[in-house]
Amino acid sequence: MNWLLPLPVVLPLAGAALCLLLTGRERLQRTVSVSALAAALAVACVLLWTVHRDGMQAVVLGGWPAHLGIALVVDGLSALMLLVSCIVTLVVLIFAIGQGLAGGEDTTPVSVFHPTYLVLAAGVSNAFLAGDLFNLFVGFEMLLVASYALLTVGGTLSRVRSGMTYVIFSLLSSLIFLTGIALVYASTGTLNMAHLHVRLAEIPEGTAQAIQLVLLLAFGMKAAMFPLSAWLPDSYPTATAPVTAVFAGLLTKVGVYAIIRLQTLLFSANPMENVLMAVGILTMLLGILGAIAQNDVKRMVSFTLVSHIGYMIFGIGLGTETGLAAAVFYALHHITVQTTLFLAVGLMERLTGTTDLDKLGGVAKLSPLVAVLFFVPAMSLSGIPPLSGFFGKVGLFEAGVAEGSALAYAGVGVGALTGLLTLYAVARTWSLGFWSQASPEVAATAAVRLPGPMVLAGVTMVAVMLAITLVAGPLYGLSDAAAAFGLDPAGYTAVIFPAGAP
Amino acid sequence: MSPSITLVLVIVVMSTVGTYMMLERSLVRMILGIMLVSNAINLLLLSASGAAGKAPLMNVNDTSEMGDPLPHALILTAIVITLASAAFVFTLAYRAWQLTGTDEVPDDVEDRRIAAAMPHRSEDEEVVSADEEEDDIR
Repeated sequence: MNWLLPLPVVLPLAGAALCLLLTGRERLQRTVSVSALAAALAVACVLLWTVHRDGMQAVVLGGWPAHLGIALVVDGLSALMLLVSCIVTLVVLIFAIGQGLAGGEDTTPVSVFHPTYLVLAAGVSNAFLAGDLFNLFVGFEMLLVASYALLTVGGTLSRVRSGMTYVIFSLLSSLIFLTGIALVYASTGTLNMAHLHVRLAEIPEGTAQAIQLVLLLAFGMKAAMFPLSAWLPDSYPTATAPVTAVFAGLLTKVGVYAIIRLQTLLFSANPMENVLMAVGILTMLLGILGAIAQNDVKRMVSFTLVSHIGYMIFGIGLGTETGLAAAVFYALHHITVQTTLFLAVGLMERLTGTTDLDKLGGVAKLSPLVAVLFFVPAMSLSGIPPLSGFFGKVGLFEAGVAEGSALAYAGVGVGALTGLLTLYAVARTWSLGFWSQASPEVAATAAVRLPGPMVLAGVTMVAVMLAITLVAGPLYGLSDAAAAFGLDPAGYTAVIFPAGAP
Repeated sequence: MSPSITLVLVIVVMSTVGTYMMLERSLVRMILGIMLVSNAINLLLLSASGAAGKAPLMNVNDTSEMGDPLPHALILTAIVITLASAAFVFTLAYRAWQLTGTDEVPDDVEDRRIAAAMPHRSEDEEVVSADEEEDDIR
C-alpha cells in the first residue's frame, strides 16, 4: 500500500494545477477541487486502516537511501490527523462554494480561491506525512503561502491590515525554523527524523537543548502558544468565514503536531516537559481571559482557540503515554469543534450581517438551526458531557493526576477553571447574541435565506463532531495506540532503517 | 568542523541589520529586513555544509574532494520560498499604500481599545481611535 502515501499531497496539488488551467470556468473548477479533496479523504481512510492493521508505513521518494531521500511516513498519529484534516478541508470547501454561489458582499473570487485552497490542503497533508525536517518545512511553507493569499483575498482595508501582522509573523517563524534546520544539519549531518532520533542523542546535551529551544520557538509561534499567540486573534477574524474555519481547525494543529514529533521522536532523550507544561497552563488561562473580554463573536472564538491549544501543549508536556493520548484525542476533537464554531458564526454573519455582540440579538428566534449549530460545538468546547470535549478533558485530567507532580496538578486545576470560563464566555455570547430580544439590525435582515451548501456543511460538521462523541471509545483507543507508538521511537526508526541507522 | 570566520562575520552583520529593520513600523523596511535575515540564514546553511569542496559531479571530481551538495539544495529551496513571500509582501505593501497612503503597520485592535479606555488621553485622540476601531471591526 506504500504507493498511496504521496497521494494526499499529490491529488490536491494536481487539482490546484488543473484549477488554474480552468480559470474562469467556475463549475469545472468546483468539480475538480471537490473531487480532488474527496479522493484525498478516501486515501486518508485507507491509510488509517492500513496503519491500524499493518503498523507504520514509509516510502522514500525516488528510491534513494532513507537518510538521503525525501521520506514520507504515516503512523497512527499522522493517519488520524490526516483523516480529520481531510474531512475538515472537504466540508469547508463545500461551505465556501455555498457562500460563493449565493453571491453577496463577501463573495470570494472563485478563480483564485480554488487553486490556493487546494495548495493549502496539500501543504497540511505534506506536513503530517513528512518524514524529514526539511520536508516538514516545505509543508509549512506551502500552507503558509496559501494562507497569506486566502487571508487577504479581496484586499479590503481590514484584511490588508491583519494580513500585514500575520504575514510578517509567519515569515519570522519560518526564518527561525530554517535556522533550526541549519543548526540541526551542522551538528548531526542529517535531516531525516528517524536518523535524527539516533544522532541527536549522540551530540552534547547543551547543544541538543539549544537546538530544541530554537525549534520549539518556531513551532510554538505556529501553534499560537503563549506568549507567541498575540497574532492569532488579530488576524483570523477578518478573513471570510470558510477561510477562518479551516485556519482555526488546521493551521495551529499542524504546529501542535510538529511539537509532538519534536518531543517524542527528535528529542526523546531530553524533552523539556516542565517548560511545555508551564507554557500550556499559561496559554489556557490567558487565552480564555482574553475571550471573556471580547465583544465580537469571531474574536471571542479566536481567543478560545488560543486558550484550548494550551490543553494540548499541557498533554504533550506531561510526557506520559496517557497524556499524549489525551492530547492527540483533544487535537482531533478541537479541529472539528473550532471549525464547526467558525462555520456557525459564518452562517450567523451571513444571516445578520454582523458578529458584534452589541448589535446582535434574537438569532435563535430568527434561525433556530443556526442557533443549534452554534450551541452544540460551544457546549462541546466547554466540556459539557456527553460531548467529545468532555472526554478530551477527562483524559487530560486523568493523565495529569497520574503524573502527580505539582505542575501537573496545577495544570489540572487551571484546565478545569478554563473549562468553566469557556462556558462563561460562550454562554455570554449565547445569551447576548442568540437569546435576547431581536435588535433592530437583526430584525431588519429577517428576509435573508441561507444557501443550501452552507447549511449542509454546517450540519455535516456538527454530525462529524457528534460522531466523534459516539465513537469516542474506539477513537480514544486509536489515539492511545498512536501515543504508545509515538513514545517508542525505536519502533519508528526500525521501520525507516530496517538494517539499523547508518 | 570549524566554519569560515568570514561567513560567520557576514551572517552576524546581516542578521543584526535585518533584525533592526524588522523592528521598523513600515512594511517595506520590515520585508527588507526579513530578506537580509533570510539570506544570513542561507549562509548559515552554507556554512553547515562544511569546508568548501569541488563541484559534486560524479565521474568528474573525486568523491573525497567534493563539497556537501545537500545544503545547496536546501538553500535553493529557501531562496525560492523567500522570493515568493517577498513578492507577496510587496504587493501587500502596495495595496496598503493604495488604500491608506502609507504602508505602516497599524496598532492592533486590543491596543486601540486600551488606548481608548485610558482616561489621561486627550479628547480628540480618543475619538480617532474609537472611529478606527469601528471601521476595523466593520
